[in-house]
Amino acid sequence: MTTYTAKDFSTDQDVRWCPGCGDYSILKQVQTVMPELGIPKEDIVFISGIGCSSRFPYYMNTYGMHSIHGRATAVATGLKSSRPELSVWIITGDGDSLSIGGNHLIHLLRRNLDVNIMLFNNEIYGLTKGQYSPTSQMGKLTKSSPMGVIDHPFNPLTLALGADATFIARTMDRDPKHLREILLRTHNHKGSSFLEIYQNCNVFNDGAFTIFTDKKSKALETVFLEHGKPIVFGEGNTKGLALDCLTPKVVDVEEYGIDNLWVHDETDLTKANLLARMFDGPLNGVQFPRPFGVFYAVNRPCYEDLMTAQIKNAKELKGEGDLDAILGGKNTWEVK
Amino acid sequence: MALLKDNKREKVTIIFAGDSGDGIQLTGFEFSNTTALFGNDLSTFPDFPAEIRAPQGTVSGVSGFKINFGSTEIFTPGGLADVLVAMNAAALKKNLSQLKKNSLIIANEAGFDARNLKLAGHIDAADPLKEQEAHHQVIKLDVTRLTREALKDSELSMKERDRSRNMFVLGFIYWLFHRELSHTEKFIAEKFKKNPEVANANITVLKAGYSYGITTESAYERINIEPASLPKGVYRNIVGNEGLSLGLVAAAQKSGLELFYGSYPITPATDILHHLARHKNFGVKTFQAEDEIAAATSVIGASFGGDLGITASSGPGIALKAEAIGLALMLELPMVIINVQRGGPSTGLPTKTEQADLFQAMYGRNGEAPLPVLAVSSPADSFSTAYEACKIAIEHMTPVMILSDGYIANGAEPWRFPKKADLEPIKTNFAKPIEEAYMPYKRDANGVRQWAIPGVAGLEHRLGGLEKEDITGNVSYEADNHEIMVKQRAAKVDNIANFIPLLKSDIEEGDLLILGWGSTYGSIKVAIDRLRSEGVLVGQAHLRHLNPFPKNLGEVLSKFKHVLIPEMNNGQLVQLIRAKYLVDAKGLNKIKGMPFLADEIVAGAMAVIKE
Repeated sequence: MTTYTAKDFSTDQDVRWCPGCGDYSILKQVQTVMPELGIPKEDIVFISGIGCSSRFPYYMNTYGMHSIHGRATAVATGLKSSRPELSVWIITGDGDSLSIGGNHLIHLLRRNLDVNIMLFNNEIYGLTKGQYSPTSQMGKLTKSSPMGVIDHPFNPLTLALGADATFIARTMDRDPKHLREILLRTHNHKGSSFLEIYQNCNVFNDGAFTIFTDKKSKALETVFLEHGKPIVFGEGNTKGLALDCLTPKVVDVEEYGIDNLWVHDETDLTKANLLARMFDGPLNGVQFPRPFGVFYAVNRPCYEDLMTAQIKNAKELKGEGDLDAILGGKNTWEVK
Repeated sequence: MALLKDNKREKVTIIFAGDSGDGIQLTGFEFSNTTALFGNDLSTFPDFPAEIRAPQGTVSGVSGFKINFGSTEIFTPGGLADVLVAMNAAALKKNLSQLKKNSLIIANEAGFDARNLKLAGHIDAADPLKEQEAHHQVIKLDVTRLTREALKDSELSMKERDRSRNMFVLGFIYWLFHRELSHTEKFIAEKFKKNPEVANANITVLKAGYSYGITTESAYERINIEPASLPKGVYRNIVGNEGLSLGLVAAAQKSGLELFYGSYPITPATDILHHLARHKNFGVKTFQAEDEIAAATSVIGASFGGDLGITASSGPGIALKAEAIGLALMLELPMVIINVQRGGPSTGLPTKTEQADLFQAMYGRNGEAPLPVLAVSSPADSFSTAYEACKIAIEHMTPVMILSDGYIANGAEPWRFPKKADLEPIKTNFAKPIEEAYMPYKRDANGVRQWAIPGVAGLEHRLGGLEKEDITGNVSYEADNHEIMVKQRAAKVDNIANFIPLLKSDIEEGDLLILGWGSTYGSIKVAIDRLRSEGVLVGQAHLRHLNPFPKNLGEVLSKFKHVLIPEMNNGQLVQLIRAKYLVDAKGLNKIKGMPFLADEIVAGAMAVIKE
C-alpha cells in the first residue's frame, strides 16, 4: 500500500478562510492524521453541509461533497448505507448540525452509522457575518441579538448522548496534539463518532474559548479525560474530580488521596452524562473545569451492517432476485 | 330493473361501498383479480376517506371501490355505475348520484337499521331502500344473519365472525357474475395461513354467499360478461404503485446498479416503499428516512456512491425535497424523483387525485433548474415510465421527475408484462482511471459528464452545490462561466428530446386535437370514441414526456384547427403549450379530487368546436 504524507491530502485549491481562523489548524491536523489511518485515499470521503467549516472537503484530496445546509449527515447516511466499506467524514458547524440539520444529526446518531462527525463549534454564524447560533451563550450580543441572546444554548454533547450516540468526544483547535489524538480515536471507533471541536472564529466571536486555551487559565478551566485513569487537572495535576455517590465534586488530590478519585470509564453512560453536564455553569454550586477527550465510547450494531445483513439474509431465504418472476407475479393469464 | 335472465352485457361498472372498516377495498381488489384472471379487461378506482377509521356509519366514513370490466377494451373505471353494493345506509346515500337509471342495488339489510339510518342522516323514518325500489332493482341480503348462520359451528367470537361479512357479499357477487371462487379461496388461505380458523371462516362465508345465489336463483338474474379480446400475450393485474416499483427494480437489474430507495411515508406514495422493501433479495436498499429532506439527500449520497438513487413522495414532500433536487441537478448525478400527486395545495386532499404539481415539477426549484419530467398515464403504463425515467437519469446524468397520481397509484388494470430480456439496455457512464487528471465536468457530445465513484484511485474529486467551473468542476463565481454552465445544464436536458419517441396523434389532422398528460388518458380515449360516433373529426395525443417535449409536438398541434387540453388542475399544461407553441389551446379543467368522466370531456370538446 502507498504510504502517504500530509501533503498528499492537500488540493490545489486556495484555502479561503479568514486569516487566523481556527479552521486552518483543524485542516492541518486532519491532513497530518490521514496517513496514519492506513486507508487508501480513494476510499475516504469528506461530506459537508453549508457554513465556513463546510468548505473543508474542497481542501482534502479525497472524494468529497459540499452538500446543502444541514444535510451532510443525511447525504452521508445514504453514502455509507450504499458503500459501507468507505471511510466517511462529516464536516459540520454548530448552525449546520444543531440548527437547520438538527433532525438528521439525532437520527444519524441513533442509527449509529459508522461515520465520523466533526462539529466545528464556534458559537456563531460566521459565513452570514455574525448572528447568534444554537450554541451561543445566553445574553450574547450579536448582530441579530443587539439586546442579548434569549435562546438557551444547546449542549452538543448531552444532545448527542440523548440521541444514544455511541461515541462522544471534545477537543479544540488550539491543542494540535490532543486534536490529532482524538481524531484517531474518532476514526477508530466503529459506529457514529461525534466529535465537538471548539473552534475560534477570530472575526465574529474571537476569544469564545480563550479561557480553555490561554496558558494562564487552561490548567484550572480544563480537564483532560483518559480512560481508566483518575480525573485530575490544575497546575501539576493537583486537583481532581471525585464522586459523592453520583454528585461530582472538585477535590485537592493530595488531601483526598489519588486512589479515591473518580476514575474515568468511557463505557459508563451515567458518568458520561455527568461529565457532559460540566458545561452549563456551576453544577450544584460548584464550578467545574470543562472536560476534553473521549467522554463515552461503546459498541452497538451499525445501521449499514444491519442493512447489508438483511439483504444477505433475504437472498439466502428467497434466492437471488429473479426479475421475470416478479414481473409476472403470482396470477397470470394468457390471451391467445 | 328489467334484467334479462342470464343477461349478457359488454361491460359493467360496480361500486362496492361501506364503512372504512368493512373490508371494502379488499373485497373490490379480490373481485378485480378474479375478474382479471377470468379474462375481462378492467379498470379500478378506490375512493377512501383520509381517516383510517372515520366515524362509523356516517357518509364521510364511506369507503368505495369502483370497477369497470368488460369483454371490450376498458379505459376508465367507468362513469355512472350499473351495480351498487351498499353495506350500509351511508354507502347508499353517498353513491346514489353515481348510479345509472334502473341499476341494481345490493344492500346489506343490517346496515339499514334505525341506527344506521340516523348516522347516515336520514331524519325522516322513510326507508331509503323502499324509495329506491321505484327507480332500481333492489336485492336485500341479510348479510349479518346469513354470515352468523354459516359460522354457527365456528369457535370464533361473534365479533370475529362478523368480520367475514364482506366475504358473503363477495361470494354472492361471484355467483351473480359467473365467477369462480378458487382464486379468492387461495388468497384467503395464504393471507390467514397463521390463523387457519379465520381462513376457514372466511372461505365458509364466501361459499355461503355463492350458495345463497344458487338456492335463491329464481329470484335474481345473473349477468354474463364474456372474456375480452385483448392483444395476444400473457397478462397480470397491476396497481400503479406496484408497476412503478417493478420498473425501478428492473432498471437497477438491467443497468447493473444497486437500487437505493430513500423515502418518508406519505399518502398516496407510501406503497412504493412497501413494495420495494419486499425485494431485498434483489439487493434493494430501502431507507425510511426521518423526513422528506433526508429521503432526498440520502439518495444523493447513495448516487454519489454509485447506486441508482430513487425517492418518492407526494406534493408536500416534493416541496421539501426541492433544495436537494437542485443539488442533484448541480452535481449532475442520476436520481429519480417520483411525485404521486394528490389534491393540493398544502396538505390538501391526501386521498384524492389531482394533476396540479406539473408546474412544481417544471419550476419548483431556485435558480435555472430544468430537469426531465415524465408522466404516467395508467397503471399499466407505470412500469415502462419508471423504467424510462431511470434510463434517462443514468444515461444523461440528471435528476428526473416522474408524475403519477392517486388515481393511477391505487387503480388497477391488466398489464401485458415484459420479459427481462426484452427490456432496452441501460448504459452506465462510469469514469475510468486515466493518465491525466479527472475533469468532473468534461462533457461528451450529448453534454453528459462522467460518473466517478469513491473507491476508484485517481478519480478523487470534490462536488458541491456552489457553481462549478466548466470542465474542472472547481468552485467558480466567474460571471461568464455561470452563464455557460446554466446554458449547458439546460442544453443537456433539451438534448434528451433526441432520445425520446416522437408524439403520435391517432389521426394525423382534424378539427380538434385533445391533448392530455397523465391519468386523463382513459377518459379522453372514451370521450374520443363518443365524439367520433357523433361525427366529430377529433384526434387524441397523449404526452408522457413533459420536459423536454417530443420534438414534433409543435407540428402535431399545427395539424388541428382546435386544441383542447383536459387537466385535473386549474390549467397548467395548457399554459406551457400556449407559451411555447403560440397556439390558442383551450383548457378543460376539473379540480374535484376525482378523475374526469368521459362525458365531461365530450361536453368540453363540443363547446370548443361550436365556438
